Amino acid sequence: MNFSEVFKQSNQLCKVSPDEKYLATCVQYRVVVRDAATLQILHLYTCLDQISHMEWSSDSQFVLCAMYKRGLVQVWSLEQPNWHCKIDEGSIGLVSSCWSPDARHILNTTEFNLRITVWSLCTKAVSYIKYPKACQKGLDFSRDGSYMALAERRDCKDYISIFVCDDWHLLKHFETETQDLAGVEWSSNGCVLAVWESCLEYKMLLYSLDGRLLSTYSAYEWSLGIKSVSWSPSSQFLAIGSYDEKVRILNHITWKKIAQFEHPSTINNTKAVVYKEVERRPAVSEDLSIPNICMSSTLFSTQSKYETSPVPIHLPVVKPDPERANPKIGISSLAFSSDSRYLATKNDSMPSVVWVWDMQQMSSAAVLEQTAPVRCFQWDPRQPRLALCTGNAKLFLWSPAGCVAVQVPAEGGFQVQSLNWYSSGDSLILLGKDQLCLCYMETQQDQQ
Amino acid sequence: MGDWWTSVPKETSIGNYEISHLMMSPSKQNNIMSMYSSLGLSKTSYNFISAFCTEDNVPQCISYVNQELDSLGLESCIELSAAGNTGLSSVPALNAFYELLQIHRQDMTTVEELERDQLKRSSTLEHVQISNSRLKDQLELSMREKSGMHETERQLQLKIKTLQSCLKTEKEEVQKLQNIIASRATQYNHDTKRKERETAKLKERLSQLLVDRKDRKLSIDVLNCLGRADGKRSHWKTAKATASHEEDMYKFLLSDYEASQRSLMLENAELKKVLQQMKKEMIHILSPRQMSKGASTDNSQEQGDSDTEARAGDSGRESLDKSCELAREQLTNSIRQQWRKVRSHMERLDSQASQNQEDVILRQTHNDEMEKMRQEVLQCKEFIQTQQQLLQQQLHTSFDDDTAALLNDCYTLEEKERLKEEWKLFEEQKRNFERERKNFTEAAIRLERDKQAFQEDRASWLKNQFLNMTPFTDRRRGSSSDGGQSSLSIRSEPELRMSSTSIHLPKSSTYSTNFSTPKPAPRSAVPTTTELYRTLRLIPDTSSRQSSRGRWQESSTIEDGNNQTKTKIRSRYEEISIFSLGEENSLT
Repeated sequence: MNFSEVFKQSNQLCKVSPDEKYLATCVQYRVVVRDAATLQILHLYTCLDQISHMEWSSDSQFVLCAMYKRGLVQVWSLEQPNWHCKIDEGSIGLVSSCWSPDARHILNTTEFNLRITVWSLCTKAVSYIKYPKACQKGLDFSRDGSYMALAERRDCKDYISIFVCDDWHLLKHFETETQDLAGVEWSSNGCVLAVWESCLEYKMLLYSLDGRLLSTYSAYEWSLGIKSVSWSPSSQFLAIGSYDEKVRILNHITWKKIAQFEHPSTINNTKAVVYKEVERRPAVSEDLSIPNICMSSTLFSTQSKYETSPVPIHLPVVKPDPERANPKIGISSLAFSSDSRYLATKNDSMPSVVWVWDMQQMSSAAVLEQTAPVRCFQWDPRQPRLALCTGNAKLFLWSPAGCVAVQVPAEGGFQVQSLNWYSSGDSLILLGKDQLCLCYMETQQDQQ
Repeated sequence: MGDWWTSVPKETSIGNYEISHLMMSPSKQNNIMSMYSSLGLSKTSYNFISAFCTEDNVPQCISYVNQELDSLGLESCIELSAAGNTGLSSVPALNAFYELLQIHRQDMTTVEELERDQLKRSSTLEHVQISNSRLKDQLELSMREKSGMHETERQLQLKIKTLQSCLKTEKEEVQKLQNIIASRATQYNHDTKRKERETAKLKERLSQLLVDRKDRKLSIDVLNCLGRADGKRSHWKTAKATASHEEDMYKFLLSDYEASQRSLMLENAELKKVLQQMKKEMIHILSPRQMSKGASTDNSQEQGDSDTEARAGDSGRESLDKSCELAREQLTNSIRQQWRKVRSHMERLDSQASQNQEDVILRQTHNDEMEKMRQEVLQCKEFIQTQQQLLQQQLHTSFDDDTAALLNDCYTLEEKERLKEEWKLFEEQKRNFERERKNFTEAAIRLERDKQAFQEDRASWLKNQFLNMTPFTDRRRGSSSDGGQSSLSIRSEPELRMSSTSIHLPKSSTYSTNFSTPKPAPRSAVPTTTELYRTLRLIPDTSSRQSSRGRWQESSTIEDGNNQTKTKIRSRYEEISIFSLGEENSLT
């Protein structure tokens, strides 16, 4: 495992192009495009204001930079560095901006969710979509980029519009059986749309592409409901994390619950391997030789390693404040591995614990107990390998073979706040507060 | 009269008795005097009431007695022989008297009985009264309890009533709250809707205004327009386009459904295959058993069953392709039946196994297992021993480390203790040896001295003899001092022998015993023990030993009579010398 040197970045904006040739990072006003392999600077673009959002187009030809404060979007081309495009949303404001899957349209959501403006880079044409709903996830493109589902709110009722991304033709428009829709998400094959109710009620609706209601699922009533939703890459499972600290798995045939994963604070299950991160300060007195002193960053930082301990294990639990809204409890994030074999979850009342579930055994495979709250975790896009960070100078990796903690040898108090895999799974971008570092995994070729 | 008495039938006498019995009660009341006729009383009364019959009123008395007897139903046996004659015919009177006595005795017995009866009755009465009072107490108690119960019941009833009222109020409260909540919810919903409408209106207005405003229009500034990613031109939005989109969508959906159906079909087929396989295997397992069991009563029925099953199986196999519902049902039914049979069979086997299990385990595996376990234990012991050895080695080698030292400490503590004990023992032994050696040296010194004295004596004696032989004998014999010397010399010989034996004796026994050495001669001329020590220490040297031997030999040549004892002593010395040599070696 190798690490690059540290680069500057701002707003944690650092993205690899989908073809993995370029690495774009934003530093204040500038966009720096590097060669993803050599990290040599290829292009440097200067925007009009501090960049708040940056996105690659699907064909890796363009970089979209949004400046929400100014209501501006600037697009840069890699093939033609002279080419430029500037979209001004005017005084109506801008809250989010994104590419359409065809890389020729830009969708801008205006302030107060007044409308979504669709700008065409081909014809300079502009079209509006009215009444978009301001919610958790109101807009979703299908995986193959042919359809877009949009949650709408008209006359105090929830609707869903399905557009054909090709020519923004409204394919279907239907009302949903929700009081207050919170999000929409396409299944991986793009045939089923999961629609869920806001947290006040546990309700999951599954719609077909043609607008038919396939199934409705509700686990319980009255208490706070769904917190997070994730489709498996095989479209076989729909995992629903809820405020009752459980994950429920629905199958794709009957849309009934086939498994329920609980997140207890005491683990008695002997099947699950519990990895506990143990910090150990290295003894300073041992050898203060010159190379050691030079590597000051590693000398004075704590070393971590994982230990497995026998059951029963008590995990640290943070009691949520019942007086405050959005209580810190329930499954806030869940993610399937690329082969749909494993599911990683995080319960907000145990912020330093990540659970890994085996989808074949339908049981807990591993529990990672970190010393600090987990900031981010992400699966390797190629193999069942989970990377996570806890806001310190360490990178943690889990795979079915075991668990490892790696010290990031970067200087200047580099703390990993977030991470991103390359789609090849060879490298990992580690994002600090205003720095970034690349981590190169050992590949088969390297080993040979 | 006596004849009459005898001739009186028993019945009448009994009747008389009865009458007398009957008469008793009035008589008792009438004349208390007769009732007072207990023996003591009657005597006294007789003595005092002498006024009844006097010389004067004998006939009156007699008539009175007669009357009385008549009234008692007795024969008025006392007759007046004559008017003038006041004599009393004694026989009938005695008879009457006897009769009266009899009656009296009977009365007494009846009285006694009655008294006893009375006593009994009174006691039973008392008992009854006591029990009655007890029962009364009980009754009272239970009554009190009952009243208490009643009270508590009443209280509980009251409580229930209050609780019920409470519940009612609570229910009402809940209802009220629910109503409030519902009303609030509706109000809230209504308000949110209103607000939403307002915001929608506002948004509308805002967008309108923003569109109308001229100062900062929304704009796109592109250097040159891009071509479509797919290289095609954009289409016009037409009905045809929408139709084609719909078509695409349905095609997409259809393909997905087809794919899913295909996968389901595959899965289904596989499951069916598994089912068939299972069924076949079941039949295979069950059929021979059924054949052997053919003698049983339900043979024919089972045969029929298996026939139908076979048919069902065939049809099932056919139905695999057809997937007709009826066939499927048959298949599942037959499988179910087979499964039931297998299960019952398994249960039976299980029960048999549980019966057979014990002795089977005892006979076959038990010994083997035991043997194996023993071997394992042995191995483990060996392993532990080697481990301990290794550990100790490690501990001995790694003294510099603190922990090792600590470990070493704790491991050798016991050993140290033991060594200390041994050391103590050894010290004691050493001390004993030392003491013994001292004794020996002293003894040797004494011996030497004695020998010297003896030789002196001998010399003097020889001199005396020689002098006696000489013409000056008379003169010599006359001197008293010489005689004393000779006597001393004579006396010293047995003394020496005794001492030698006494030295000899403890050698056979323990070393630590005190020697009964002869009393030491005047100390002044004696060499110190240390000196002798030195000489003895020198014994290991061959030359010195030889010299000593030579000396001994010399002495033996001089003295033959003491030869034996001397050699013994010598051997003893040699032992000591050897010991000292050994000691020197150990010390160096």
